[in-house]
Amino acid sequence: MASPAISVRDLSVSYEGHQVLDRVNLEIRPNEIMVLLGGSGSGKTTLLRQIIGLERPDSGSILIRNVDINNCAPEELKQIRRRIGVAFQESALFNSMTTEENVALPLQELTDVAEPVIEIMVYLTLAAVGLAEARKLMPHELSGGMKKRAAVARAIVMDPDILVFDEPSAGLDPIVSAELDELILFLKKAFRMTILVVTHEISSAFRIADRIAMLYKGSLIAVEDKDRFRGSTDLQIRQFLDRIPDKLGEVPAVQEHLRELSGITGVRE
Amino acid sequence: MNVLEDIGAGVVRNFAYVGGLTEQFWSGVRALPRVLPLLGKRSRWQASIRQMAAIGVAALPMIAVMAASTGMILALQGAAELRRFGALRYVIDLVAVGFTRELGPLLTAIVVSGRSGSAFSAEIGTMVVTSEIDALRTMALDPIEFVLAPKYLAAIVMVPCLTIMCNVFGILAGAGFMYLSTKMALGIYVKYVLDSIYLRDVLGGLLKSLAFATIIVHVGCMEGFKVRGGPEAVGRSTTSAVVRSTFLVILADLFFTAFFYLARLQ
Repeated sequence: MASPAISVRDLSVSYEGHQVLDRVNLEIRPNEIMVLLGGSGSGKTTLLRQIIGLERPDSGSILIRNVDINNCAPEELKQIRRRIGVAFQESALFNSMTTEENVALPLQELTDVAEPVIEIMVYLTLAAVGLAEARKLMPHELSGGMKKRAAVARAIVMDPDILVFDEPSAGLDPIVSAELDELILFLKKAFRMTILVVTHEISSAFRIADRIAMLYKGSLIAVEDKDRFRGSTDLQIRQFLDRIPDKLGEVPAVQEHLRELSGITGVRE
Repeated sequence: MNVLEDIGAGVVRNFAYVGGLTEQFWSGVRALPRVLPLLGKRSRWQASIRQMAAIGVAALPMIAVMAASTGMILALQGAAELRRFGALRYVIDLVAVGFTRELGPLLTAIVVSGRSGSAFSAEIGTMVVTSEIDALRTMALDPIEFVLAPKYLAAIVMVPCLTIMCNVFGILAGAGFMYLSTKMALGIYVKYVLDSIYLRDVLGGLLKSLAFATIIVHVGCMEGFKVRGGPEAVGRSTTSAVVRSTFLVILADLFFTAFFYLARLQ
């Protein structure tokens, strides 16, 4: 069996005494789409920031292609970062640059590729995400979905092995969100990338995932194939999948309302 | 006990701040060669030139008006006292020496801090909030080289230039006063100015302006990099950038002035 593309081992993170991640262990296989699910405050964005090397853990390690990113030389970390593409939740496009300049930036800064070749590579990459026509537009002229696509184009232009998405569906309508899911599936198929998606969108997760991991209050409570995850009987997983808020039953107004609706024992979509 | 704890925490916080500034300063100095024309990437020094226009050219009208106004105020206040002793001519010395040693660098620093220091902080703070700084890091690009270094290069070139212009406008305002009050010709005024100031005064002022430029850029950028949270944090960072940089500029000015004073006594 191939070694994992990303390996998280006993990772613990705390902020000002508050434990955000508690001994998390996770392995992401090459060429799979792993979706990291969890509610707000479950620690999924913290885990993502750890994996892409933006923060350091209190303890534990993260191995990318068997290299510990917190214990390697700065130059080695740079090389690893070049093999990881990240599409941020807010797209993180540079507002002073056009869409194509944003996408060209990593090529111009990190490679010696000639400018005419960069232009062709940028055009092809933007075409792959369906933005060839919008290449001259500034970020503020793009719609939410187009911004996400442009961010994906910038993330894949260096041909990374690993692609990371932070809340790709956030702020998008269901149709655009589904289009973005299709794009993620296409990227996996076309470029054979390992993809990690952090989200709380259940429908999107089941559309794209090979496996699903779930974080609950800083602990990883499940790593399953998506079909097994869908059928899980774990209380926290069921509560999340059935969208029952944690404290719902403790709210007096809800208790009163539930008493009025005698015979109803649960809430379903 | 709480008061002591607060004082202690405040001291530790301020030492940590100065430590962070020092660390950022050295990173900025190390990154400077990579934004220089011919040595650095074209996009970097083009960014530096854009910053020079923003820091220098765009600030010139404000510097001119402030310097001329301050020059006139200094001449009027000086003349009110010196006239009583029949020493009106010494208004020229007061304005010329006052501007080259002190007011030129200080006024310029205050204008640049208010215009550009706050802009640096707002720009970088917004980049932090929208994850652009994180995006740079994940692309293996150094935010110090990409964001700070072009601003630093632009500031250490343009702030001394603005200081020279500030001196010129301030001293010319003195010429205006002397013409209006004594019909002194510009040529004679300039001769008196050249007699009253030494090269060391001008160089000392320029050295101060270099230090002030360094303070303004690094404080402005650091306040931006420190932003956490949403847009309201960006607003707070711009205020903090102006207040802290003005405070540190005046402290640095005191240090330099005391140093030059002691050096002259030797």
